[in-house]
Amino acid sequence: MDLSISSRRGRGLLFIMSTLLCLMCGSRGEIPAKPSGGVTILPPVKPDVDPQAYPDTEKSNLPVFTMDYPRIQIPFEITLWVLLASFAKIGFHVYHKITVWVPESCLLVSIGLIVGAIMHSVKEEPPAVLSSNVFFLYMLPPIVLDSGYFMPTRPFFENVGTVLWFAVVGTLWNSIGIGMSLFAICQIEAFGVQDINLQENLLFATIISAVDPVAVLSVFEDVSVNEQLYIVVFGECLFNDAVTVVLYNMFSFVANMPVVEPVDVFLGVGRFFVVGLGGLGFGVLFGFVAAFTTRFTSRVREIEPLFIFMYSYLAYLVAELFAISSIMAIITCALTMKYYVEENVSQRSCTTIRHVVKMLGSISETLIFFFLGVVTITTDHEWNVGYILFTLLFAFIWRGLGVLVLTQIINPFRTIPFNMKDQFGLAYGGLRGAISFALAFTLPDSISRKPLFVTATIVIILFTVFIQGISIRPLIEFINVRRTNRNLDTINVEVHCRLMEHTMAGIEDLCGQWSHFYWKDKFMKFNTRILRRILIRDSRSESSIVALYKKLELQSAMEILDTVSGDISAAPSIVSLYEEKKSAAKPKKKFMAGDLRNMHDILSKNMYKIRQRTVAFTGKHSLPSDGHAREILIRRHASIRRSLRPGSFQTTGVSKSQKYFSLPAGKSLDSNFFPPKRLSSSDDHETMSEVAYPPRRSRFSSSSSSRAMMPLRRLDTLKEVPSVDALNESRSESSAARRGVSRTNSSYSDSHVSAPRRHLSPSADRDNDRNVRQEAAAGEEEEEEEQQQQQQQQPSHPRPAWAAEPRDNTTRNPLLRRPQWNPKK
Amino acid sequence: MGASQTRSESVYQELMDKTGFSLEQIKNLKKRFLHLSGNEETISRENLDAIPALANNPIRKQIIEAFFDKRNQRSSEVGHLEEIGFEQFVMVMSHFRPPALRTSVEEREVMRKEKLQFLFNMHDTDNDGVITLVEYRKVVEELLSKSGAIGHEAARAIADAAMLEVASTNVPDMAPDDFYEGITFEHFEQILKGLEMESRMHIRFLDVDTSTMRCGKSTS
Repeated sequence: MDLSISSRRGRGLLFIMSTLLCLMCGSRGEIPAKPSGGVTILPPVKPDVDPQAYPDTEKSNLPVFTMDYPRIQIPFEITLWVLLASFAKIGFHVYHKITVWVPESCLLVSIGLIVGAIMHSVKEEPPAVLSSNVFFLYMLPPIVLDSGYFMPTRPFFENVGTVLWFAVVGTLWNSIGIGMSLFAICQIEAFGVQDINLQENLLFATIISAVDPVAVLSVFEDVSVNEQLYIVVFGECLFNDAVTVVLYNMFSFVANMPVVEPVDVFLGVGRFFVVGLGGLGFGVLFGFVAAFTTRFTSRVREIEPLFIFMYSYLAYLVAELFAISSIMAIITCALTMKYYVEENVSQRSCTTIRHVVKMLGSISETLIFFFLGVVTITTDHEWNVGYILFTLLFAFIWRGLGVLVLTQIINPFRTIPFNMKDQFGLAYGGLRGAISFALAFTLPDSISRKPLFVTATIVIILFTVFIQGISIRPLIEFINVRRTNRNLDTINVEVHCRLMEHTMAGIEDLCGQWSHFYWKDKFMKFNTRILRRILIRDSRSESSIVALYKKLELQSAMEILDTVSGDISAAPSIVSLYEEKKSAAKPKKKFMAGDLRNMHDILSKNMYKIRQRTVAFTGKHSLPSDGHAREILIRRHASIRRSLRPGSFQTTGVSKSQKYFSLPAGKSLDSNFFPPKRLSSSDDHETMSEVAYPPRRSRFSSSSSSRAMMPLRRLDTLKEVPSVDALNESRSESSAARRGVSRTNSSYSDSHVSAPRRHLSPSADRDNDRNVRQEAAAGEEEEEEEQQQQQQQQPSHPRPAWAAEPRDNTTRNPLLRRPQWNPKK
Repeated sequence: MGASQTRSESVYQELMDKTGFSLEQIKNLKKRFLHLSGNEETISRENLDAIPALANNPIRKQIIEAFFDKRNQRSSEVGHLEEIGFEQFVMVMSHFRPPALRTSVEEREVMRKEKLQFLFNMHDTDNDGVITLVEYRKVVEELLSKSGAIGHEAARAIADAAMLEVASTNVPDMAPDDFYEGITFEHFEQILKGLEMESRMHIRFLDVDTSTMRCGKSTS
């Protein structure tokens, strides 16, 4: 990378020895451009201040102390810049309210402006930030991969037509509209820009028609505007990057041609399609290859995430090699593989992938915005007020007009038409950002008016980022755009979404129409039958309802764990991992089934120890024969379990469930627990069979001890351990968690003791009157004993039990297996 | 000829007023109706059952049943029909009409309620105004029936959890001895409050005649 922030070695190095920030100012400050590969904005000036100041002054002797700054200069300075930008980012979030009202990009640009001003004031030259190669090969891919990977898939495909319509046609509209109008302006002599020809105008217009509404998207997410608007803005920004870069390459080629012949126009149009579709093809290809590769990575979890990045980057580079749309390629690659990969890789790898994708993307973007600020101050601008103002004006007019006209055309084809408010949001969300800046900056030097274009682009970016970026939140809230609540994840909602989808597909079939639901149906079938079989190791298809159900179960389990082991050092690591995932998955909100399974496995590993320890405890001291005491335990545990679940459904907040979690000693049991009647009303036979199901299949199958299987089933889940624990670090961590969990056992043992007994109740109630719980418990004393024996037995040879289990048995998922509370009919 | 033309026009006009479909849409639906019924006046369950494209739909039964449910005819009657005519057919279809560009908030609310009622009726097979656990389970099982590996137990567990969720959202302070009989329509509305129906329960009924497509499809 030739992000060349080179420094005059003299003073710079002294600064470096002092403090980090001073050092950064110092090294940044004294920067004559390093003659590095790319197009640097500065002339490659040889360091003029005594280049041989300190290193190897005495060549003859063995040097005791040497410094070889030039050797490390480039990576060193890159690191410092990245650090500085990251510090800035931390800084904004210290005071949280700033970022609510002022988008992060504004703040970054502001910091950049300040730094630039400092540099300018000490007459230092700016870093030569971007060359076309650096930008296209290193800065752009992470940004695009980030948005491609976190693109919400379902709404995207529901609105794919509109998204592409706005992205492709909208960008063409903007580029051509603005370019033509600017060309017209150039004919006016008063502005003195007659020398800009049509090609250059079009090129410039292309640059500034790339919208980059990161700020807008985060606002949209916060106020949760309706899904359609969100996804159209999202998709537009993603795909119009592709369109813009294609156009940019085309026009910058054309701009260098002396004469443009009509046939070139047609060739250009043809090339446009080749480039776009070619990118799509490569993306899909590499996406499938990546997915297929991860099918076999279960033994090498350490490098699993690497495949994702390498394949996406490969897709990008290969597309670049053939000069087809590399952005398109990387987006489609990410979209294609994401779904399959996330089911194949372990949950840790999945977390890693998401984090690294986000990290690279945001660092790239941060740097670009940061440099935007710096460069704004430090470059020489060519001010042509007329041209710049008209650019601004046209950018607005054409964006507004474009949205208006294009919406009118697309609305009849949309199920939910965009109303005026949506259109306003769409038009106003057209911020210009990092891409525009970088493209302007990497304009070939052969364009004589490059400084003017850079200035105009910077003005537009600053204007839109600051004015629109800050005002969009109040405006959106003021005009009250239709909103969608995207944070719903209750089982009922999921069930009904599916129900509606199927209904829609059915009704469409009934009316004999082909449209969205029909195609979705067809694709899902194809996907399950063929694609999943090939690409996914463990190719059971998992219904979204089931996935959500597991997730919710997991959440409540997490809460139990969190509360139980709140003071343990190791447990928080799991919990925080979970929290992290939550934030990492923010754009997506829903976890992949694979993560859930894995998360759950981590969990059950920890829980397993609790149970085991508890069982041992109960076993050692002979069975408590005091029926009364036992009943309290049963009730208490049952009430905890029962009340936790509704608690966790109402709100995912931990505090809520904590409220329920334990009965304060002073409180009377009767007022708080859920009565046995409700717990155990599962007198219908189906539920019973469900409870009894695991023993039938387990090695310990015995006649009557369905209740004894709780620990066994916990054990079953251990079969995942080897895969999850592939990383050494994780092994130690999880064992630490186990130790930690078992430590707290003593205080909570009473609630765990009764865990197996929980299963007893349904069977008891089947036989007896369900209200007579105590009798039932007493009546099954022998069974209890048997159960205890088994539980003691299990720890002695757990290995065969889980080693022998086939891995792909979801139906034995202990969370799913939990006995259910059945409201009586 | 002219007389019958005007008669059918007036019938169509009436239907348009009732359902809000455009004339082209009604004509399209009529064609489809005749195709399904084999040029009869009425459609029976068997006609709908025979649609090949529907065969893979996990909730086919519920969908077909919805057409024969009197509650979905925007009248106060309850019960089931054996056969439906074109009018009933269109009435059911009209539940899925997308909202026009300019609809007031109240109209949207009404539409939403209608759609919810339609869903509710799909659940509530015995017309008692309450979705019981058994009914709920049945629907969930059907929904999951096509997704392979998931057994009945999982479906049940999910239905139970869903039911519990409804109970806990709607009756948070349930006395210990209470139990939750089933989901009433009010509760149903409550649990799906945040769900945006506008974007989901809609079909863009085609204005143009797509008889060729339709033939291709129905024969496929």
